[in-house]
Amino acid sequence: MLAAIAFYVLAAVAVISAFAVIAARNPVHSVLFLILTFFTAAGLFVLMGAEFLAMLLVVVYVGAVAVLFLFVVMMLDVDFVELKQGFLQYMPIGGLIALALLAELGLVAGAAMATPQRAPLALGEGEAAITNAEAIGQVLYTDYLLVFQLAGLVLFVAMIGAIVLTLRRRPGVKKQDIAAQVGRKRSEGVELKDVRPGQGLG
Amino acid sequence: MEIGLVHYLFVAAALFTIGCFGIFANAKNVIIILMSIELILLSVNINLVAFSSFLGNIEGQIFAMMVLTVAAAEAAVGLAILVTYFRNRGNIAVEDINQMRG
Repeated sequence: MLAAIAFYVLAAVAVISAFAVIAARNPVHSVLFLILTFFTAAGLFVLMGAEFLAMLLVVVYVGAVAVLFLFVVMMLDVDFVELKQGFLQYMPIGGLIALALLAELGLVAGAAMATPQRAPLALGEGEAAITNAEAIGQVLYTDYLLVFQLAGLVLFVAMIGAIVLTLRRRPGVKKQDIAAQVGRKRSEGVELKDVRPGQGLG
Repeated sequence: MEIGLVHYLFVAAALFTIGCFGIFANAKNVIIILMSIELILLSVNINLVAFSSFLGNIEGQIFAMMVLTVAAAEAAVGLAILVTYFRNRGNIAVEDINQMRG
């Protein structure tokens, strides 16, 4: 009973805050509602018994992605009111597609409801009960090692891509240039002048 | 009342629809579009975890982790492109982004 109440509260908060993300006037509010959505989704994950993924969601999404969004929103000096102008213009087609999608997905879920369901299987029921993180660790580093490595590669490429995209070479700023420093010749650095006695450098 | 798989599927379907609608409704604001994509990926994650939990198979959660990875990478690269574009043009209006049109 308590789990049902928790589910309905979390689901309602998730859906409402998700709608607030796209409806908020101020993009900073949008980001904050996005964080709320992620938190409630993490709560739903906990209800489903996926504690590890719930914590991962909080750490990765709230700690990294949402803060990244927040930084970008605050750093870009954009007139967001002007960007909101076309809200009604695209409403009909957007609403139409949203309605069609919701009808389809609801149909699928409704059909799933009509069919008899299996009772939920507790993970690792047969053995001595292991935690969710343990169960993930047992397959992630064995059966899914290559997928895990691929995920690391994806993150690596994304990191390099983000750095390369945002790196800016500004003219007129003094910066150490190792190649120029090492490649310096004697002729560029030292100049010999023939100074006449008693006259000095002219 | 027992909370079953279908309940979670309905939540995920609602989030997915809201995400898709957000892309259309905020067609001028790239930042909100990126957030809508995050919402869509979150709903996919809820689906994966729900099936994983109710079918007693941990592999769904592994794939939810992969979706999480891709979402983080996508957000990083998308926002980097956005920052670069803003630096070059001074605004982020989507309809002006046609420089790469052939």
